[in-house]
Amino acid sequence: MGEPDASGRFGDFGGRYVPETLMPALIELEEEFRAAWDDPEFRAELDHLLTEYAGRPSPLTECHRLSAELGCRVLLKREDLNHTGSHKINNVLGQALLARRMGKTSIVAETGAGQHGVAAATAAALMGMDCVIYMGEVDMARQELNVFRMRLLGAEVTAAQSGSRTLKDAVNDAMRHWVSTVEDSYYLLGSVMGPHPYPWMVREFQRVLGSEAREQSLQALDQQLPDVVVACVGGGSNAAGIFSGFADNPEVSLVGVEPAGGAAVGNGVPGIVHGMNSFLMQDDVGQVLEAESISAGLDYPGVGPEHSFLSQSGRAIYESVTDAQVIEAFVLLSRTEGIIPALESAHGLAWMVANADMLRGKSVLLNLSGRGDKDVAQMMDLLADRL
Amino acid sequence: MNSPAQQPTDPAPGPFESALRTRIDRGEKALVPYMTGGLGDWVNTLGAIASAGADAIEVGIPFSDPVMDGPVIQEASQRALEAGTTPASVLDQLSAADVGVPLAVMTYANLVYRFGWDRFAHALVASGVSGAIVADIPLEESEPWCAAADARGVETIMLGAPTGSDARLRRVVARSRGFVYAVGLLGVTGERESLAGTSSEIAGRLKAMTDKPVLVGVGIGTPDQAAEVCEVADGVVIGSAVVRRALETNSPEAVGELVGEFRRAIS
Ligand SMILES: Cc1ncc(COP(=O)(O)O)c(C=O)c1O
Repeated sequence: MGEPDASGRFGDFGGRYVPETLMPALIELEEEFRAAWDDPEFRAELDHLLTEYAGRPSPLTECHRLSAELGCRVLLKREDLNHTGSHKINNVLGQALLARRMGKTSIVAETGAGQHGVAAATAAALMGMDCVIYMGEVDMARQELNVFRMRLLGAEVTAAQSGSRTLKDAVNDAMRHWVSTVEDSYYLLGSVMGPHPYPWMVREFQRVLGSEAREQSLQALDQQLPDVVVACVGGGSNAAGIFSGFADNPEVSLVGVEPAGGAAVGNGVPGIVHGMNSFLMQDDVGQVLEAESISAGLDYPGVGPEHSFLSQSGRAIYESVTDAQVIEAFVLLSRTEGIIPALESAHGLAWMVANADMLRGKSVLLNLSGRGDKDVAQMMDLLADRL
Repeated sequence: MNSPAQQPTDPAPGPFESALRTRIDRGEKALVPYMTGGLGDWVNTLGAIASAGADAIEVGIPFSDPVMDGPVIQEASQRALEAGTTPASVLDQLSAADVGVPLAVMTYANLVYRFGWDRFAHALVASGVSGAIVADIPLEESEPWCAAADARGVETIMLGAPTGSDARLRRVVARSRGFVYAVGLLGVTGERESLAGTSSEIAGRLKAMTDKPVLVGVGIGTPDQAAEVCEVADGVVIGSAVVRRALETNSPEAVGELVGEFRRAIS
């Protein structure tokens, strides 16, 4: 997975479809990111934060009981054990350092499940910056705990009240906020989406988890790579991170798992929203449709442009699972391994369960992108008559 | 970078630009109100806006995710969409209407992309629309749309923002047809308490680069603010104030009255 072309595209996908006011900021951001990424001091400072603050490297756990149950060898990349509970911290620390390097004093971010918002608020607290988080009103209700966490960390959480009042609308409001404050504020996008350079930059900040997972897999599998690498796909950052460690090895299958109600690659057609050209769930004339998923972090009608490219080129495949399958997977991992996964990450496992026959005898690496603490309140209702 | 004078491709002014020039050449200021297509009694509202002294009108084609728009135009877009408005329905109704002044549509990239760049340009011409603004197509992404629009003679109005360097603004000016849209402030569409200092500044910067008409839009909410910015600019685009009046009254006459107040304030 390399650099996009000069227009910020991976094949046909990507670009910078933003109001003119933001273009100079995007050009500057690309220049600043390139310079920082080439600067050993910046890299050292980020590495230091990733180890001393976020707890990297995250372990790779071999799941013996689950492997026996599914008939394949299951390895989990444990991003759930990072500080703040998901892979989102990797990207956030990188971008927050970049924001500080650029002399910005405040951060604006969108959030779906609240994991990116919590991570952004955490980085802002760490670096003494102001932080404004936009979150869909619907998501604020189903992820109350994360709303409180963000406020506790000193962030201002603002409800996005338009449209579906979920992640897509939070992105709209965050972009509007950025248009108004672009000279002082930094837009800390949470996934491999949006206008160039975000899809590329966020993937580079998430590459660390893929590189680690590659080394750890070689160790665990006697110098072999896993046969299949699986990750859930909302915007696609945890998937891009883990895919980046294996994409150059064509013998490794890459599988992105979308929610059935938000399958941009699976059910969408190319469209332009949030600054990018990518697969998008939309109606016949191009109005964006509302995604519907049990998991707030995947409730997004679009997908990062590099995933559209990987799908079109055939390097990765994208499949979907239903909410009901996800609930079963959530329980399964809790019961067999003592690991309560984020609902987002449970999508990957649900796909493995559904495809166990095909996976029999293979080694499968699942990116466990986050922990399920944030989802426990929501699941208490859904599982009330079973537990 | 070519200066505007060296641009070999600058065509003769189209109907939209000509209407503005006619006004400006008389030593007066151009007035371009914005109205959301599909909102209430919108076709009659366009007529009332024209009769009240508008030189041309921008017609919004509502999009589900209008990132350049503030709460008023968001609300209008949502209502129009709920009423079943589509790009085709707006253009169909425009082709049947005789508004009496040149029209430009204002919309977002995905609706044009989905329609097809060339099919959309063709549909505009067929509906009697002279110009277009696509709010999320900056210079860098403008090629496919502008090529289609140029080939069909559609005037693509480009935006110049306060964040642009002089070099960038010169490219915007060179690419713009119809007029140059000076974005009055850092922000989305909507009325503000007072005129942002950036409004006259961006108008002045752009005027120094071109003799194309330079109109300021975004953040001009009152006739007084319009008059103030017209000390520098060639005219104004009035969006949210007009749409708010339409939302509140659904009365073409009431919208016409407001447009008349702007007309008297600036000419
Ligand atoms: C734990 C977890 N995994 C995955 C996602 C989806 O994002 P992405 O597709 O960018 O990894 C989220 C988003 O909130 C998340 O919290």
